[in-house]
Amino acid sequence: MAIEVKIPTILRTYTSGAKAVDGKGDTLSALIDDLDGNFPGLKGRLITDDGGLHRFVNVYVNDEDVRFTGALDTALKDGDAVTILPAVAGG
Amino acid sequence: MARYDSLIDALGDTPLVGLPNLSPSWDGERPVRLWVKLEDRNPTGSIKDRAALYMIRAAEADGRLTHGCTILEPTSGNTGISLAMVAKLRGYGLVCVMPENTSIERRQLLEMFGARIISSPAAGGSNQAVATAKELAKQYPDWVMLYQYGNEANARAHYEGTGPELLRDLPSITHFVAGLGTTGTLMGTGRYLREKVPDIQIIAAEPRYGELVYGLRNIDEGFVPELYDDSVLTSRFSVTSYDALRRTRDLIEHEGIFAGVSTGAILHAALSVADRVAARDERADIAFVVADGGWKYLSTGAYSGSLQQAAERLEGQLWA
Repeated sequence: MAIEVKIPTILRTYTSGAKAVDGKGDTLSALIDDLDGNFPGLKGRLITDDGGLHRFVNVYVNDEDVRFTGALDTALKDGDAVTILPAVAGG
Repeated sequence: MARYDSLIDALGDTPLVGLPNLSPSWDGERPVRLWVKLEDRNPTGSIKDRAALYMIRAAEADGRLTHGCTILEPTSGNTGISLAMVAKLRGYGLVCVMPENTSIERRQLLEMFGARIISSPAAGGSNQAVATAKELAKQYPDWVMLYQYGNEANARAHYEGTGPELLRDLPSITHFVAGLGTTGTLMGTGRYLREKVPDIQIIAAEPRYGELVYGLRNIDEGFVPELYDDSVLTSRFSVTSYDALRRTRDLIEHEGIFAGVSTGAILHAALSVADRVAARDERADIAFVVADGGWKYLSTGAYSGSLQQAAERLEGQLWA
């Protein structure tokens, strides 16, 4: 089971510069744990000490913001595309 | 009656039009219909006229803004153009802090209305414009920063305007979709509609830009507008430049509507939702906004050549 995860520029120091990496997991939480095994330290940049998503990190599964689909419990399946982006201003 | 005492009085009350060709089903027992509110019909051609007028009126009412004052605002363009028009008519100066990677049309319009533009570096996008404007506000304490990202009058313009107009024109509304920038449109319209139609779905479409725009040095430099309250939304989609452009062209091709790129992103989210509702065999009246027309984006090449070429040309541009 492979899920493609797009990594923003700012976090590529953890992935040796890779723009996208593969991971696995039935939920976003499991996926992030899996990623952290291969790219130590990445989890600490995405998840705060109290176990929630960092305020300035947005994660999308198939372009939909996970904060509205169950947050870290969002279910994943083979072939899903996960995108991680920092929160920036619009307008 | 379509007669007004001045241009400012002609603001708002924009038409809501159906999209019979792009809707999954227009007629029948359980139609799934798309409706679009033409906010490009506002005085300077964008939805931002509403927020600009409300923010200026609020600052006049609380005494911060008096004749001859200079207004300062970080903006990727449309808010600046709206403020520039109102400022010109009311006798204020305007300084806009704008990322350098915005379209030339926006700059020309601002200059035409007499605004002064201070450019912020492309790397860093609107975040950098906000930071630069905050610095300038400290240096020039007599300038009045309206600050659209945290000004409650921005959301109130939609709570008192966009929301009631939508419900009046579409009492059977089930979904509202708009772009997420300052979040003013979604917060104000969303709150109003939720009070009147408790089970309404409020959906955000945000632009996903090229990497340049996300050039932060640190996650902690991220930015969430002070106006944003995620409890107002029911879902939020991130839309690539490619999908936004594709839908912008679909709007012209199937409905004859020439809209800006951010409207394409909003349509993309609206269609995702419409398809889900249709798959469940339920009815829906989904309303979204045309935030602005396509005119200001012609120089970006958004409307010429193949979609792939156009999307590549748009890489690194701020289009919402």
